[in-house]
Amino acid sequence: MEALHLIVGIAGQRVALAARHVESVVEIDSVTPVPLVVPHIAGLAALRSRVLTIVDTLAALDLGRMDLDDVMQAVIVTIDGHLYGLLVEEVEDVISLADAPSPVCAVLEPGWSRVASGMVEIDGDALLLIDPAALVAGPGAMAA
Amino acid sequence: MDDLLQEFLAETREMLAAISGEIIAWETEPGDRARLDSIFRFVHTVKGSCGFLDLPRLERLSHAAEEALASVRGGERQADVPLVNAVLAIIDRIGELTDAIEAGESLPEEDDRRLLAALAPTFSASGAAEAARASQAAPSVAQPGSGAPIRTVSRSIRLPIDLLDRMMGGVSDMVLARNELARKLRDSMADGAVEAAFERLSLCVAEMRDAITRTRMQRIDHIFSALPRMVRDLSAELGKAVALEIDGGDVELDREMIEMIRDPLTHIIRNAIDHGIEPPEDRRIAGKPAAGRLSVSARQAGNQILIEVMDDGRGIDGDRLVARAIAAGVLAPERAESLNWAQKLALVFEPGLSTANAVSAISGRGVGMDVVRSNVERIGGLVDIESRPSQGLRLTLRVPLTLTIIPALTVSAAGQTFAIPRSAIEEIVRASGDGVRLEPMGGVHIAAIRGRRMPVVPLGALTRGPGRPAASPTLVVLRPAGGALFALSVDAVHDHEELVVKPAAPAVMATGIYAGTTLPDNGRPMLLLDPAGIAVVSGVASQPIAQSEPEAAAEEETPLVQTLLFHDSDGVERAIRLSVVERIEEVPASAARFSAGRLRIAHNDQLLPLLGHADPAERTRLRVLRISDGETQLAYMIDEVIDIVALPPLADSALRPGPVAGVVMVDGRQVELLDPHWLLADAAGGLPAPAARPTCLLVAAEDRWTTEILRPLVEAAGYRVVVGRGPADMRPDIIIDSGGGGEPTGGEASGGVPVVRLRAAPAPANGNDDSIYRYDRVGLLAALDGVAAVRR
Repeated sequence: MEALHLIVGIAGQRVALAARHVESVVEIDSVTPVPLVVPHIAGLAALRSRVLTIVDTLAALDLGRMDLDDVMQAVIVTIDGHLYGLLVEEVEDVISLADAPSPVCAVLEPGWSRVASGMVEIDGDALLLIDPAALVAGPGAMAA
Repeated sequence: MDDLLQEFLAETREMLAAISGEIIAWETEPGDRARLDSIFRFVHTVKGSCGFLDLPRLERLSHAAEEALASVRGGERQADVPLVNAVLAIIDRIGELTDAIEAGESLPEEDDRRLLAALAPTFSASGAAEAARASQAAPSVAQPGSGAPIRTVSRSIRLPIDLLDRMMGGVSDMVLARNELARKLRDSMADGAVEAAFERLSLCVAEMRDAITRTRMQRIDHIFSALPRMVRDLSAELGKAVALEIDGGDVELDREMIEMIRDPLTHIIRNAIDHGIEPPEDRRIAGKPAAGRLSVSARQAGNQILIEVMDDGRGIDGDRLVARAIAAGVLAPERAESLNWAQKLALVFEPGLSTANAVSAISGRGVGMDVVRSNVERIGGLVDIESRPSQGLRLTLRVPLTLTIIPALTVSAAGQTFAIPRSAIEEIVRASGDGVRLEPMGGVHIAAIRGRRMPVVPLGALTRGPGRPAASPTLVVLRPAGGALFALSVDAVHDHEELVVKPAAPAVMATGIYAGTTLPDNGRPMLLLDPAGIAVVSGVASQPIAQSEPEAAAEEETPLVQTLLFHDSDGVERAIRLSVVERIEEVPASAARFSAGRLRIAHNDQLLPLLGHADPAERTRLRVLRISDGETQLAYMIDEVIDIVALPPLADSALRPGPVAGVVMVDGRQVELLDPHWLLADAAGGLPAPAARPTCLLVAAEDRWTTEILRPLVEAAGYRVVVGRGPADMRPDIIIDSGGGGEPTGGEASGGVPVVRLRAAPAPANGNDDSIYRYDRVGLLAALDGVAAVRR
């Protein structure tokens, strides 16, 4: 079965997101901060008339904080009825994959292992398949 | 066609479409309990609506199917093939009848009888075949000759919510585009004709936004308006008298929510009338007014809408529920012992449980309440239940605000703008204004605004914003629902706006200080603050919300009351409820005179009784509180006013009635609270003469509790109290058995005199216990009241 995947750059790595989770990819220029919120929620932004909750993917992996000053690309996903924008460093391509993801064959860092749901192979490279819901849940959440 | 009927038809058709999958699944696996439950709920709902809409044929069919399914649920019957076929045939027939009603046609009725007969347990195989034939024959009946059934044109349409959302999104985008165009036009100095055209466009956009928003929102009145008729019909059918009170119909709710709470609310009200409110004779015996009281109300509290249904019927008996749950196998007997009262009551939501002894056509299948809970939980709501056996039941549906329009104030602090719901705002003052002082204390500030002291929460510091706080902040005085006053210090107050508020993502809500998000016209999202949450997070909430302890949660919220603190004329610090104080006055001491048996003052052509501890002759001027209930007035001497504070109700009551009602806690000090009732009663001429007062016999009265605590309360309620055994010929109007010893006085032994039994434990000991918890002041006074009313 063919399945589309979006290849993006997070924390300096290429990773894959299953396209069925992804609504669109947009550019975000201004983010309203949310005081007192957990670190990986960067703030709120508007996507047309809807309010997006922006996720700092670097913070979600517990690897630091992203710089929020310039225009950023965000992958829009809907989780439990709420709209989120996952900040990514790069959006590469949409690729159709025939093979089902395979289990990860290595012991990952804790941040990565929490969000990885498998491994896919693209042009000979092995990429992690990321679960957007785990990114949104952030480092505070219990491992699924 | 009748709106209600129209709606019923649309709903039934929708449910049929939704359930068709379940039916097929059930057919292949008749033992599947979940499918059985959902089919059961369908026929139950149809039955309920039919009775109400006067559709006897549909009602007969659905009732029969419900009966059969109930016996399967109860384990009395197996879901065998003939039964499944018969139920499916009935559901098909319901669909056909719905179409026929809408088209204004009729279907031959003799087929119904065959369908009903097919449900009977002793039904033979040949009958099943016949039923199958009947069900197959039916569609041809529904399509008379010409082919497709004729459908009438309906005046209302149903739209998917997504479409409405997209429309709303589109309009919001239009508003943003208009704003940008407005800026561009201003910059380009366009000519008058363009300006005028733009104005018109602007107006259209605003109007359209209004209309679209309104398509999503609906006044809850939409449901409430159907209630009087339903209550009337139901109570007439059941031979009960019910007085319905409706409040809060103007609360606006998302249309989706309105649809989702319609069924639960209907079920709750049916239950209240069918099982809660007793027949008039029973009510009279119990000392209640013949007409039961049913009150339905809606209000907004924080980020929830609360819909409350309260009746003064017999309530739900937790212990009987437990017994039933054990009998039905839902609850293990050993677990039953560890349940508290609230957990016992919660059993009413278990599928297949009912406290009704007899199954009636109205309700009492034990299906209502599990439907109620599953529907409300599906929209992220909660159902609270509160019951006092023989006194009534209160069910509260808590529904989240998914989307709502809230009048709000926008403020900014430390460089960020926030919205505050206007409903929580008491007043807005400048920190540098008259009568306003900011007093530093222990590293924080206390605001004194015209004598009222309250903690200050600096919003900028709370949100740790980057900007520096303004030199002269503005104080927004907030009173969160059910909490104490506090002042939110902000840098600037901007505007009053009507904001469309949507729920924020869970991570944002987890901070506890936001009620939702909103998107104002500038296109930058804004956060709506939750005043109650800020009070909790910043630690100024007077009473932490006790959720973990079930005992504390069971207690009713104690609202704070504005109370005047003063030094009394004997130098002691005392307090009085502010609401009864009309004003504070200074009068010359010469105005006070001991005349006609008491101290009085003449002031401004009025003669008022004067109370207090000092001798007016020793002073030159008197400072008095004018206390009034609207009619009777009196003056109370004091030395000086200290402060006005918000206090919880009495911490402890006085032992004997007198000018002091009890003790309240003020910053850890004990302060006597004056009893305005006593003071005014004294001024108005006291109680009626003893002979005219009804008599109350307190049995088992040798203990201190009865004489010291109960007796003053009963006396205050207007009774003459006789303790222990009265004279042999005495006939009291009521007997209170405080259970302190001796044998309980049975209803017969008391010779027809009503007996109120008190118990020491908060929860009743068993199902037949109609006693009142001895600190349930309200319940006890209500019981006393009932008797006094009959006597009058």
